[in-house]
Amino acid sequence: MATWYNTFFFGIYPYIALAVMIAGSIIRYDREPYSWRSGSSQMLRKKQLFWGSNLFHFGILFLFFGHLVGLLTPHWGYSWAFDASVKQLVAVIAGGIAGVVCFVGLTLLLHRRLTDPRIRSTSTTMDIAILVILWVQLSLGLLTLPFSLSHSDGGTMMTLAEWAQRILTFRGDAAILVAGVDWPYQVHIILGLTIFLLFPFSRLVHIWSVPVRYVWRPGYQVVRSAGADWRVPGPVGRPRIEARAEPMEPAE
Amino acid sequence: MKIRAQIAMVLNLDKCIGCHTCSVTCKQVWTNREGMEYAWFNNVETKPGIGYPKEWENQKKWNGGWVRKSNGKIEPRIGGKWRVLAKIFANPDLPEIDDYYEPFTFDYDHLQSAPELEATPTARPRSLITGERMEKIEWGPNWEEILGGEFAKRSKDVNFEGVQKEIYGAFENTFMMYLPRLCEHCLNPTCVAACPSGAIYKREEDGIVLIDQERCRGWRMCVSGCPYKKIYYNWASGKSEKCIFCYPRIEAGQPTVCSETCVGRIRYLGVVLYDADGIEAAAATTNEQDLYEAQLELFKDPNDPEVIAQARADGVPEAWLEGARRSPIWKMAMDWKIAFPLHPEYRTMPMVWYVPPLSPIQAAAEAGQMGVDGDMPDVRSLRIPLKYLANLLTAGKEEPIALGLERMLAMRAYMRAKTVDGVIDEAIAERVGMKGLDIEEMYELMAIANYEDRFVIPTSHRETGVDPYELRGSCGFTFGNSCSGGTSDATLFFGAPSRKKPKTPMEVS
Repeated sequence: MATWYNTFFFGIYPYIALAVMIAGSIIRYDREPYSWRSGSSQMLRKKQLFWGSNLFHFGILFLFFGHLVGLLTPHWGYSWAFDASVKQLVAVIAGGIAGVVCFVGLTLLLHRRLTDPRIRSTSTTMDIAILVILWVQLSLGLLTLPFSLSHSDGGTMMTLAEWAQRILTFRGDAAILVAGVDWPYQVHIILGLTIFLLFPFSRLVHIWSVPVRYVWRPGYQVVRSAGADWRVPGPVGRPRIEARAEPMEPAE
Repeated sequence: MKIRAQIAMVLNLDKCIGCHTCSVTCKQVWTNREGMEYAWFNNVETKPGIGYPKEWENQKKWNGGWVRKSNGKIEPRIGGKWRVLAKIFANPDLPEIDDYYEPFTFDYDHLQSAPELEATPTARPRSLITGERMEKIEWGPNWEEILGGEFAKRSKDVNFEGVQKEIYGAFENTFMMYLPRLCEHCLNPTCVAACPSGAIYKREEDGIVLIDQERCRGWRMCVSGCPYKKIYYNWASGKSEKCIFCYPRIEAGQPTVCSETCVGRIRYLGVVLYDADGIEAAAATTNEQDLYEAQLELFKDPNDPEVIAQARADGVPEAWLEGARRSPIWKMAMDWKIAFPLHPEYRTMPMVWYVPPLSPIQAAAEAGQMGVDGDMPDVRSLRIPLKYLANLLTAGKEEPIALGLERMLAMRAYMRAKTVDGVIDEAIAERVGMKGLDIEEMYELMAIANYEDRFVIPTSHRETGVDPYELRGSCGFTFGNSCSGGTSDATLFFGAPSRKKPKTPMEVS
């Protein structure tokens, strides 16, 4: 049942969303580096943030990588070890736990953002919008769990994985796969793609800047010299230009 | 040995009158913006007191600075790199804005626009964060001014450690001093070490520590790392900011704004040469009380031919070597040993040093019960306990502070003898291990404190590092987007909060 909206949302929209996310991120990084930050509000109010932020972030990281691996691993990548129903069971249990953890954290964060006067009055529209969207998206994700359990053979999961792989491998026949799945999956996909679309316009850009390089930065200290171009990777800029190393004649 | 040069500062607390001109001029120039209302790159605290932010010196509470591990290495007290990253979602060591103070303004407009009332209209406070009415202001940037507040609260000051503080709560025994504070531009900064983005760096040429605003991501670990709590999170921009040592002025050979405007002439700026290769070992000195001496070891004599040769090889310009030879900092810290680092036990190797204040002699001494050593009073009988100053400046080691204070007392006695009695009394100088001429030089620098003696700042040599031709016609200060201010309302990427200032009724019904 390939209707126009099916073709659009599951065949075309993914490319629009991903293109906007990637191009938008690059443009923002290049043109508005000062705006590129995590946007922490912890300093204004600690309350609810410790549990809210930690539960949310650990939950969402698990879910993100779970989706990434689950959707993009080809069937032959695991079929020799276990079949799809086992994979689905693992996904439902692990994802369900992470989803609940994330849900608790996100609800705390949303409550804090909406009700704390300090946080509310310093929030941009996008700050609030992105939290609300994430909350709805997470709720939809949790809502799919009973649907998944009702077809325990893992068929829907296989279909969605196949869809994601076709999208990323540029095969034109992806959209038709999603036409038959239950509505929570469909809305979950559309909203998920919308998050990609909004990504460069929101504080989500801080995800690109996850500071993993810190761990193998040599030593602790960072020194720059005036001639060094900080864009050159590495904690210490390129050495002074040669002329500088020559001793100058003492002044009269 | 690798010689680098830094513009360091000394503050003569003996002459600080606590007028806050430094703080105010600094704020006018650098932090008079939304998100930074609460931040003071320079502030003046009345000690004893818990300071700003509250209890900043209590590292059991804030975990700032470094710790020496059992294997002899140092790591930030907030933890090594993995632990820093583990705290990134919610930093347990981050002060809340109430630890500084909630920034406020007053309804000044109401004074002019109020209708006819029975009572005189008043300007009531309003939060600069939420825009809402603040019924009662509980804390401010200088709440303990001139011993404001109760002694019980102020005495949480950790510098009281080892001092019988109870007796100083009594009115007749009380003491106070001013402590102007700014970023220490440390040789071993914990803020730099704690920054996961690598956005904070120390400049090789002049030692100034800066935050790259384009690379800062607002992970806010620097705020916790800095034991002096001199990094401020800008809640509007989501980036951290700190004292920039007025680097555009320093580069041009001018003193910082706080130094320039100091009416008491207490601030000194000059070049110090230091051995960059020795920092790590010095900062890992086993005994905290030896850290002051360890830092002195790092400072290299600008008259030593070996040091000069190495400095030239390491690219220190000739004018900077000349500046180092004339440096007031060198004289006060190294020649006369009257200036000391603030809390060397944090292992950050700070570069803003302090001359401890003299204080009136205790009544007991005047009554002849104790402590007059010849013509000069024993520094242990001064009103400000020696231990207190030592806790502040030498990790509790009293001897260096005692010698510094004795030399300052000797300067007074020597100059009094010279100008009042017309006698050159070399014995006074000898007793504190100096010569009469040293004392006269000290007097010239500290009491007369001429502008050209206080500020010996060679201009920077940017021409060797950047091509000025490329900078021709470019914008001065920008946020990286050509000449954009970075916060235009129309931008898709960086929307301003959609906040409307709530209207609180002015008149109390």
